Amino acid sequence: MRNLIISPSPHIHGRENTRRIMADVLIALSPAMLVSVWFFGLSAIKLILVGAVTCAGAEYLIQKHILRRESSVSDLSAVVTGVLLALNLPPSAPWWVMFIGALIAIGVAKMTFGGLGQNIFNPALVGRVFLLVSFPVIMTDWSVPQGLFGGSVDALSGATPLSMVKEGIASGLTVEQILAQNPDLSYGQMLFARVGGSAGEVSALALIAGFIYLLIRRVIKPTIPAVILGTVFVVSGIFWLSDASRFTDPVFNLLTGGVLLGSVFMATDYVTSPMSTSGQIVYAAGIGLLTVLIRFFGSYPEGMSFAILIMNATVPLLNKYMRPKRFGGNK
Amino acid sequence: MSKTFRMGGVHPNDRKISNDCAIEVFPLPRRAYISMAQHLGAPATPAVNVGDKVKTGQLIGTPSGFMSANVHSSVSGTVAAVEPVADLAGNKVMSIVIDVEGDEWMPEIDRTPDIVREITLDGPAIISRIKDCGVVGLGGASFPTHIKLSPPPGKTADCLIINGAECEPYLTSDYRIMMERPEEIVLGAVIMMKALNVTRGYIGIEDNKPAAIESMRNAASGYPGIEVVVLRKKYPQGGEKQLINAVTGRSVPSMGLPIDTGAVVQNAATALAVYEAVQKNKPLIDNTITVTGQCLPESHNWLVRVGTPYSEILGAPDGIPENAAKIISGGPMMGKAVANINAPTVKANGALLLLTEEQTRRMKSSNCIRCGKCVDACPMGLEPYLLNKLSGAGKMDELEEHNVYDCIECGCCMFTCPAGIPLLDHIRQAKGEVIRIMRSRPKK
Repeated sequence: MRNLIISPSPHIHGRENTRRIMADVLIALSPAMLVSVWFFGLSAIKLILVGAVTCAGAEYLIQKHILRRESSVSDLSAVVTGVLLALNLPPSAPWWVMFIGALIAIGVAKMTFGGLGQNIFNPALVGRVFLLVSFPVIMTDWSVPQGLFGGSVDALSGATPLSMVKEGIASGLTVEQILAQNPDLSYGQMLFARVGGSAGEVSALALIAGFIYLLIRRVIKPTIPAVILGTVFVVSGIFWLSDASRFTDPVFNLLTGGVLLGSVFMATDYVTSPMSTSGQIVYAAGIGLLTVLIRFFGSYPEGMSFAILIMNATVPLLNKYMRPKRFGGNK
Repeated sequence: MSKTFRMGGVHPNDRKISNDCAIEVFPLPRRAYISMAQHLGAPATPAVNVGDKVKTGQLIGTPSGFMSANVHSSVSGTVAAVEPVADLAGNKVMSIVIDVEGDEWMPEIDRTPDIVREITLDGPAIISRIKDCGVVGLGGASFPTHIKLSPPPGKTADCLIINGAECEPYLTSDYRIMMERPEEIVLGAVIMMKALNVTRGYIGIEDNKPAAIESMRNAASGYPGIEVVVLRKKYPQGGEKQLINAVTGRSVPSMGLPIDTGAVVQNAATALAVYEAVQKNKPLIDNTITVTGQCLPESHNWLVRVGTPYSEILGAPDGIPENAAKIISGGPMMGKAVANINAPTVKANGALLLLTEEQTRRMKSSNCIRCGKCVDACPMGLEPYLLNKLSGAGKMDELEEHNVYDCIECGCCMFTCPAGIPLLDHIRQAKGEVIRIMRSRPKK
């Protein structure tokens, strides 16, 4: 008699797999990559390539030669880390800074914890924050490299809106005066990438396009980004209403800095976010709150990276205490 | 708007290839192998001896306890053996082997196609007729129907739900009977409502079967109290707890019974068997079996006598395509893999599904990426990733604390896992172990 396969149910599997999910994230990041290449030209291409190749290479070599096990680099998660880190750097950053950041992201933040699925902190953000503390000058140099076709670059200012505001307030100006001095800081400019910033955060529209793609492909649910954006809006709104001369308005806070990039692509990282919806809401609200507090009261102009990393640390606790609702009622 | 259960679930591709295949009568087997263990509970005791002549519909096995059921001969002929016969998994089960001679039915069975609408029996007589005729739940669990229609002391039913969801891919046997014998199913529901003394009956059908919804609505229109409820296509809608939730909004409590919500669920095929038992005096001796799979040149919905070997239904060996690598009794999500193709059918068999190696191949499993998709997919609100991890670590007390015993083994978690982790394999094992531990504790 012929040999039949005997195994327990279920006998079929859905189409999803890790590589497909990571590929979807890369596709969702492509509008932001294209925009950064459009504005920053070769510098952006260089950063993205060095990031992706270094992360993938580091993961492969560590697994192959140090851990001596089969490499999982084909799941594309390391490439995602590399691209995300590249999009989080100033476009003028030299390639070796990217290289060091990528080694830290994969070698320290990911592989030492046991690789994909085991790490506590978002690898790309660990890489970014490591670079920010190690190379503070390079990491806050927002000078604009040559774009692909030159022309559109003029409109890009050399500092991020958040740092302009921070420095302006430090020098005794009010928010209204700062905005009046910088006509580039309109909402329209922010949406269409006319302001300075990291390679990936200059165009809100490109990030929103990626967000919509991820939602359609069901790679992520809207919970985490929606709660972060909502919290940022509400918390900054409360401060703004209390004193509009010291605090920027809520829409400004949503469209500037890493809020969109962070809430759509970094805070939603499966590995470092909570499993249950209730846990995700607490986690996301924490990120939104901390971001605004760091922006308004911290010494850094932007707080997204730190907020996400701090809330990453609470995830094991949230997973333990914020359980999903059981069908027949929780005990 | 279509209703559905409140959490979890997945959307596997329908693949209802045999939707439009009308039910055909399968030829009588040369030999019938009638198992004494066709229901949940204690196997029946053989009531005939080698050499006895039996008729179609004759009682050949009697209950051996409270949780047990009658078994009838599905054929006429001579008892050739009373011996253990291998079931689909290869386990030996006490069976009655009958050499088929002609097809002579018991005279009291009404074999005409006329629909008998007048219900003359009262509640207790209905339940006793259902018991006499060996009717069991045909949705999969084979729970003796007469027990389910007799709620335990202190519990009362307030509605009956007929399960026409047929949420598993490929399966079409319930769809076909809803298309071809709708009024008999409605009458089966009316009979059970009378037995339960309830006035409300629901027939739950998923919205991917508009023709069946139409057919059942027409059939039910003359029967007050019976309503067809349209359900949004989602697996496992046909799970008992999920169906009650979808139709009534109530939730069976953890460790509780469906009757705790006041609902009694019976499958559409069971309703048909109840109708035949009560109105036509016909014991449960045949059932509709979908034979399907993309690798088969054609699919069928066969009306098969209980005890017919799978190999005859499949036309083995020539009828089994070269590329069929797995034969499943039931659907692809919860069915059982067939190890012994000579196994005979039992009352609750609903399908034989043939899958190719490619269709049923398991992914190579990789690291859990903590995506939470298993948590979102679990219709019981459990955390499959965590149960899997605890199972690997052998932490029985924590598994119990995290409700592993509530797992309904629907397979949604494993179906959806992008890392290809065999979650249900491990959770099923842990669940068995935890339930054993819980049962061994002294009762409070």
